[in-house]
Amino acid sequence: MTREEKHRLRLGLAFISPWAGGFLLFCVFPLVSTAIHSLCDYSVLSPPVFVGVANYTDLGTDAIFWQSVYNTFFFAAFSIPLGLLASLTLAILLNVNLPGKGVFRTIFFVPSLVPMVCLGALWQWMLNGELGLVNHTLRPFYHAANALLGTHAAPPNWLLEARYAKWGLIFSSLWGVGQAVVIYLAGLQDVPRHLYEASEIDGANFWQKTWHITLPMISPVIYFNTLMGLIGSFQVFAIPYVMTNGTDGPERSLLFMATYLYQNAFDYSNMGYACAIGLALFLLIFGLTLAARRLAEGYIHYEGN
Amino acid sequence: MIGPRDFDLSRFRLRAGLAVVLAALLCACGDSDSHEGRITIRYWEKWPGFEAAAMQAVVDDFNASQRRIFVDYTSVSQMDRRLMLATAGGVPPDVAGVAGKTLPAYAENNALTPLDRLAAANGIRREQYIDVFWRVCSYRDHLWALPSTPGCLALIWNKKLFREAGLDPDRPPRSLAELEQFNEKLVKRRPDGSLLSCGHVPAEPGWYDDIWGWWFGGKHWDGDRTITADSPENIAAYDWVASYPKRFGAANLLAFREGTGNFASPQNPFFTGRIAMVLQGPWIYNFIKTFAPPDFEWGMAAFPSAAGDGLKDVTLVETDALVIPAGAKHPAEAFEFIKYVNSQQPMEKLCLGQRKFTPLRACSAEFLRDHPNPYIAQFLALAKSPNAHFVPQLTTWPIYSNDLTLAFDRIWAGKAGAREALAEVQRHEQQAFDRHQKRWDRLADQRTAQWSQSP
Repeated sequence: MTREEKHRLRLGLAFISPWAGGFLLFCVFPLVSTAIHSLCDYSVLSPPVFVGVANYTDLGTDAIFWQSVYNTFFFAAFSIPLGLLASLTLAILLNVNLPGKGVFRTIFFVPSLVPMVCLGALWQWMLNGELGLVNHTLRPFYHAANALLGTHAAPPNWLLEARYAKWGLIFSSLWGVGQAVVIYLAGLQDVPRHLYEASEIDGANFWQKTWHITLPMISPVIYFNTLMGLIGSFQVFAIPYVMTNGTDGPERSLLFMATYLYQNAFDYSNMGYACAIGLALFLLIFGLTLAARRLAEGYIHYEGN
Repeated sequence: MIGPRDFDLSRFRLRAGLAVVLAALLCACGDSDSHEGRITIRYWEKWPGFEAAAMQAVVDDFNASQRRIFVDYTSVSQMDRRLMLATAGGVPPDVAGVAGKTLPAYAENNALTPLDRLAAANGIRREQYIDVFWRVCSYRDHLWALPSTPGCLALIWNKKLFREAGLDPDRPPRSLAELEQFNEKLVKRRPDGSLLSCGHVPAEPGWYDDIWGWWFGGKHWDGDRTITADSPENIAAYDWVASYPKRFGAANLLAFREGTGNFASPQNPFFTGRIAMVLQGPWIYNFIKTFAPPDFEWGMAAFPSAAGDGLKDVTLVETDALVIPAGAKHPAEAFEFIKYVNSQQPMEKLCLGQRKFTPLRACSAEFLRDHPNPYIAQFLALAKSPNAHFVPQLTTWPIYSNDLTLAFDRIWAGKAGAREALAEVQRHEQQAFDRHQKRWDRLADQRTAQWSQSP
């Protein structure tokens, strides 16, 4: 290596050192520390005691952990596609050249600026069975249906009944699609006009243009948003925690992996066990991200390729 | 262009500037150990508002009386988490105010200084306290804390609603069976069958779903190694809970729960007249004063048990407690302050300021006379009851309590019977307890030796 190359290497390393240092300190170190502590009986207050894989074998037989895994998958399975559908539809609609589209874009983006905790508190009241706005809106429909069918159905107590609680949460999670909409809009505006013009000459209608041009052209953006949605869904914590006042929800229907991790770490003084849950969650997200990457390979069209 | 002289000067300025910033940071981070030459004790408390002000007044009195020690009092939010992290990080406060029920977990994790020797050396004795509070502060044969402000639970009822229902407003129910008779008279339904108001519902405000077994003679564990969640007494208690959805309809009860406002608000169903009887502590006085209508009339008595006079004055007692975290810099001085708070006059000043009763046996006539809560003497007497319970000293209690609350919710929603729901709690809790016990067995000898050698 010449003197000049060494100098350039040093300079390069110096430039990336803030990022590399931060990555090592705030990502690699916590990950390694989590892995080590997951093999220990550790309460934070006392020194950790090595217990081998006991925390992992306990996880295997812990029905509550598996319920939290089921809840997390259920939430992800519905919130990701619904979020994708809602944000993409909104983005396509907001991309249409209409007067005042800037105002509409702002209106749809603003809710995603609301902090998670406020969102949780807001939806706790929105979904209140007796006093909430959601049921206030639904009630006339129920009354009409009851009058027609002679039944006595009533809108659900969203956060007090296990079969509705997760749906209430999925519904409220759509409130934050504004951020994804902005990213889709940026992608949509990058689609070359000449492709649309060529398809219009060929007589393509709106749906054909959307299906054959828009979606393939923004597929990298869809992929990115799906991955972000996947990671976010598996880490869901703040909104259900606030909505349930820190409880597990009816019949543990709102206990997610991140919530169970938090409970073990800070409420039950089982930091070692919490680390094992954390690592399991990390591996799960990592595995699903790799799987999503593999699955999406044939469907993503990069303009440069 | 910068010449050699300018460069040196700029480097000198840079170094001098950094030195000043560093010195300022060190001054800001380091805690000064002296206040006018006195030893400074850092004291963290969890109370906000008027409760914090009441303790501040006692701290001010102590500081005024001292030439050697100064107490630096700080109100801290999320006390448990901060204390845990500060203690684990080796920078705990000298004194901390924690909930009595958290003591076993702190003690087992070596996060507290045992107070046995300090208490003995300072003449603090068990006989000076209402016994249950001394027991709350003791764990595994060691003393870990001294009480600050206590409370206990009783039946609180709305006299106006009793009168309107044709009941004697000054006569509370004397057994659970009688409470249910009153309930039937007090309940009001809308034309569609939904509940407009109730006499009593065990789910309101939902803070004590895990202790109803006590009013049926039940216990949470045998005090040794066996969990007793599904004992016949506990099943009887939750059968009583299960009778509510059967009598009133699960959907009606859920809708009733959703239709009530926050506890600390004028929409509290007890203050709006939607519930006539609740299980509450002496603090209810403050909430009535703040949120209830001015003409709100209320009474207080022991919450009746299933056996009526056969099982009298059952209650839950709780106390806030003062501890010296492990690794505190000035344990002797910290105890000096705790001892001061635990002497009669300051304790009465504190408890009067917080509208609670005193945990000390000695109680002045002036304290009872000046206390704004008209039932404070009755609360005090209730805490002395042989049937006064405190939260089980199980380090797995947070899990146990959570499980019981979930079981309660399932029963309340009509999704499970008492026997089925409690069997599940029993299985899970025994498993959690056994796992914890295995951990404790590994550490027990080491911990016991450490605690015995503590100053």
